Amino acid sequence: MTSTQSIPSNIEVQAEAQTEVQALKHKHLLDLQDWTKDEFLQFFNTTDAMADVMKRTIKKVPALQGKTIATLFFENSTRTKLSFERAARAQSADVVSFAAGSSSLSKGESIKDTLLTIDAMQVDAYVVRHVSSGVPHQLTRWTDASIINAGDGRRSHPTQALLDAYTFRQEFNGFDDSGGFEGKKIAIVGDILHSRVARSNIKIWTELGAKVVLCGPRMLLPEELERKNVTLTNSVAEAVEGAHAVMALRMQQERMAGGLLPSLQEYSERYQVNDEMIKLAHDDCIVMHPGPMNREVEISSELADGERSVIEQQVANGVPVRMAVFYSLLVGK
Amino acid sequence: MRICIKNGILLDGGKEEKADLYLKDGIIEGLNLGGEVDETYDAIGNIVTPALIDLHAHLREPGQEAKEDLRSGLSAAAAGGYGTVISMANTSPPVDDPDVVASLIAKAEAIGQARLRPAATLSKGLKGEELTDFAALKDAGAVMITDDGIPVVDSHLMRRACEYAAELGLVIQTHSEEPTLRKDGVMNEGVVSQRLGLPGNPVEAESIMIFRDCELALMTGARVHIAHITTERGMKVVEWFKEQGAPVTGEVTPNHLTLTDEVLSNFDPICKVAPPLRTEADRLYLRDAVKRGVVDNIGTDHAPHTRAEKDQDMLNAPFGIANIEVSFPLCYTTLVANNEMSLSNLLELYQAKAAAVMGWDAPSLAVGQAADIVVIDINTEKAVDASQFKSKAKFSPWEGLGLKGWPVATFVRGQKVFS
Repeated sequence: MTSTQSIPSNIEVQAEAQTEVQALKHKHLLDLQDWTKDEFLQFFNTTDAMADVMKRTIKKVPALQGKTIATLFFENSTRTKLSFERAARAQSADVVSFAAGSSSLSKGESIKDTLLTIDAMQVDAYVVRHVSSGVPHQLTRWTDASIINAGDGRRSHPTQALLDAYTFRQEFNGFDDSGGFEGKKIAIVGDILHSRVARSNIKIWTELGAKVVLCGPRMLLPEELERKNVTLTNSVAEAVEGAHAVMALRMQQERMAGGLLPSLQEYSERYQVNDEMIKLAHDDCIVMHPGPMNREVEISSELADGERSVIEQQVANGVPVRMAVFYSLLVGK
Repeated sequence: MRICIKNGILLDGGKEEKADLYLKDGIIEGLNLGGEVDETYDAIGNIVTPALIDLHAHLREPGQEAKEDLRSGLSAAAAGGYGTVISMANTSPPVDDPDVVASLIAKAEAIGQARLRPAATLSKGLKGEELTDFAALKDAGAVMITDDGIPVVDSHLMRRACEYAAELGLVIQTHSEEPTLRKDGVMNEGVVSQRLGLPGNPVEAESIMIFRDCELALMTGARVHIAHITTERGMKVVEWFKEQGAPVTGEVTPNHLTLTDEVLSNFDPICKVAPPLRTEADRLYLRDAVKRGVVDNIGTDHAPHTRAEKDQDMLNAPFGIANIEVSFPLCYTTLVANNEMSLSNLLELYQAKAAAVMGWDAPSLAVGQAADIVVIDINTEKAVDASQFKSKAKFSPWEGLGLKGWPVATFVRGQKVFS
């Protein structure tokens, strides 16, 4: 039934990975706040092993056989949920899914009761997304399972930041000790105020030795985020100048209602990342976007589809990154 | 009914005296009288002083009895050392009807715990559109007019409310937050809210509204009581208006004297409260204001909710902290036990000065006064154990914290209601 040559050995992957993930002692992935530089770099090595699996003919290993992973998406998501589920199944985990719209949550059930109900079904890890910051933290009080944050409110989106940095490392051949981040500059442009992607990325890039410039209109650029190696500017030109990576964030239409933006047109005129702006960047600059994109608003189509764009690579890297997350949290514990 | 509280240290408006206090038929009979009594309470080593007054508690009746009701709330108040409580009117339905005011008082009297002096709403149905019948509400027993819980947005309505309240001699209490600036904020706006990724409520939402409400007090001569001041800027506005002789008074809560926005870092909605916990600088300023005597009362803003409601996420969980049973020990421990202020100065904020906010006589231990007494143990340290609360909200931000200054017995109407 199987050919030993084309099927990767679980033992092999485990051995490969285990040497790299020893330091990743966390039970949960709530945010990246307590991660050290070494942990990030080791995590990327684990991700390399997972990426190798995804290159094989049969893209499946038995590492999580017998484990059950539940996805709890209280807020809509397509790509993140799909990516997590793909990553779980690639390691032979069983996946159960909960989506707020189709659930008893609409009948007034609390997040705690929802969790306890699913917990009774013997779950090893939860992948959680919620519109309120802190829900993944709250859930840890009510279950012994691992909690993996798939995005909470404006606060944190750790797997997105991990895959962003991993993509950067790939592009800049950062396979040395420093990961290639030291002294690099990354610009994040857009709605910083509401962005969990920005908050998680600030942590990871600064921890790895890069400088981060946050850019957006004053209303969407909270000055409290300024700190060592994180600067703020209202000028895209200033942000992009000499940058090794530029990340555009999705601009949500509903921001106009709260007086946070004049119009999408004025926004795109002042803050769009496009070919003209990118000329100011470093020669090797890559262009990123966490998706989904509003083409011609925060990013020009030309740039999004151009040769600097690594947007599709980010999506592809989402699977091995999330495999590495599951592996690091669940195997050998 | 004759009761002797013996061996206590009587503390009455700054006067201190070791004596046996006799209560008879609901009033204070005198000191060291001797003779037969129905009951003796030994208060040896403890403080004996007029029962505390809380100008600000949410007792949730009518309509929200899952959170609290008069029996649980007034029993909790008695256990917290209170003899008199002003209940807030943001119930369901709101207390905007004289019959409801009268029935609440009757029910509280039948329960026999702490005394209830209800507040009534300023606007019909708490909608902020039309004034309630202040005079009829007053006649029914309402002592304060307030939409507390919901700021009055309409400045014209607030002006007219002030004018009418001034005519009737009623106190207007304000929840001073500018709601269009507060917006969807669930905590103080600042470094912590940006770190936690939670929508912030800026300091200016409070100070702007306090300024408006103080201006209207000055303009109309109405007695305006600013509830739960939480910020340095807001407090300074009140101080500035007081200097000009505006008829304003100001309240702080034990929440804002002991906690800051940092406690929300663990994402427990138990500490979600409105107005929100602020920064350490604000907290220190409020404590300083208390010590300087520019604060008029410490109101609990006791705001119980069910555990299930508080087990929601940070955006959806309701605002409010249940604290009436720990308010005094919290303030005693952090202000008196560490020698920042004297016990009698702290007690003033629960007794004479609180009464003065309402235009009431200062409670005292003089012969003929109401026999509403609290006995306070200032020596024994005991940890907060919310599972023992009489309030229905059996959880607390201070769970496990060792405190001193616990009320050990409370007498109301000359009867022991808690020990």
